[in-house]
Amino acid sequence: MWIYEKKLQYPVRVSTCNPKLAKLLIEQYGGADGELAAALRYLNQRYTIPDKVIGLLNDIGTEEFAHLEMIATMVYKLTKDATPDQLEAAGLDRHYVDHEKALHYHDAAGVPWTATYIQAKGDPIADIYEDIAAEEKARATYQWIINLSDDPDLNDGLRFLREREIIHSQRFREAAQILIEERNRKKIF
Amino acid sequence: MKQLPKEYYTLLEELQALDFTILELNLYLDTHPGDKATVEQYNTLTGARKKVKKEFEKQFGPLTSFGYSYSPYPFHWKEAPWPWQV
Repeated sequence: MWIYEKKLQYPVRVSTCNPKLAKLLIEQYGGADGELAAALRYLNQRYTIPDKVIGLLNDIGTEEFAHLEMIATMVYKLTKDATPDQLEAAGLDRHYVDHEKALHYHDAAGVPWTATYIQAKGDPIADIYEDIAAEEKARATYQWIINLSDDPDLNDGLRFLREREIIHSQRFREAAQILIEERNRKKIF
Repeated sequence: MKQLPKEYYTLLEELQALDFTILELNLYLDTHPGDKATVEQYNTLTGARKKVKKEFEKQFGPLTSFGYSYSPYPFHWKEAPWPWQV
C-alpha cells in the first residue's frame, strides 16, 4: 500500500517556458535510465532479494516515485504556456499530434518506455549491481541535461536529483557488501 | 498557478527539509537498524514532522487522504493545490 502526500520531495521552479528543455528532460521520465525504470526495477526486485536489503529497495523505490513526480512537474511547467508553434520549433510537433501537452512515458527521442530496460535476475548480487549501475547512469544523464540547460531555477532541482542518485548508489554499494558477506557466511556450511 | 500566501511555501519547505533528514536517516537505518542514537534522532524528527504537518493542514487543507488526515465538511482533499500547480 502507498499513501500519497500532496507535496513534492523538493521544490521545483522553472524560469521560463522552455519546451526544448522539456524535450530533453523527458529522458528521465520514460527513458531507459529514468525515474520510472528505477522505481519499477527496485519495487519489483524487492520480493526475492534477501531480507537484509528488502527495506532499502522498498524505500529507494518509493523515493523514485517522488523523483518521477518532480520530473513530471518540471516538464509540465516548461510546456504549459507553450503555443503549438513553439512546440513545433522545439521539435515537439510529433509529440503534440499524439499527446497534445499530456506527458507520456518515452525518452528524449520519443521511444516509448519498455520493461526490457529493467531486469530482475533473482540473483541478489546480479540485481544489486544492476541497481548501482542504474543510479550511476541516471546521475550521468542528470549531468548531461544540466550541461545543456540554461535555466538556473530548473538546474537547482536537477542538482538535487543528481545528488540523490549518488546517495542511492552509495547505499546500494553498501548493500552489495552486506549481500556478499551473507553469501560467504553461507559457504562455511 | 494558484495565488498562495508566502506562508504556504515557508511551511512546505520546513516540511520538505525535515523530510529530507528523515529520509536520509531512514535509508541509513534500513541497513543499520542497531544504531540507537540514529533511531532516537529519527523519532525526534518524526515528532517534529507531525507538528509541522498539522500546522500546514490547518491553514491549507489535508496533505494526505485515505484516512491519514481528518477532513472538514465538505470533503476537503482537493482544497490544497496539487504540487505541480504551485
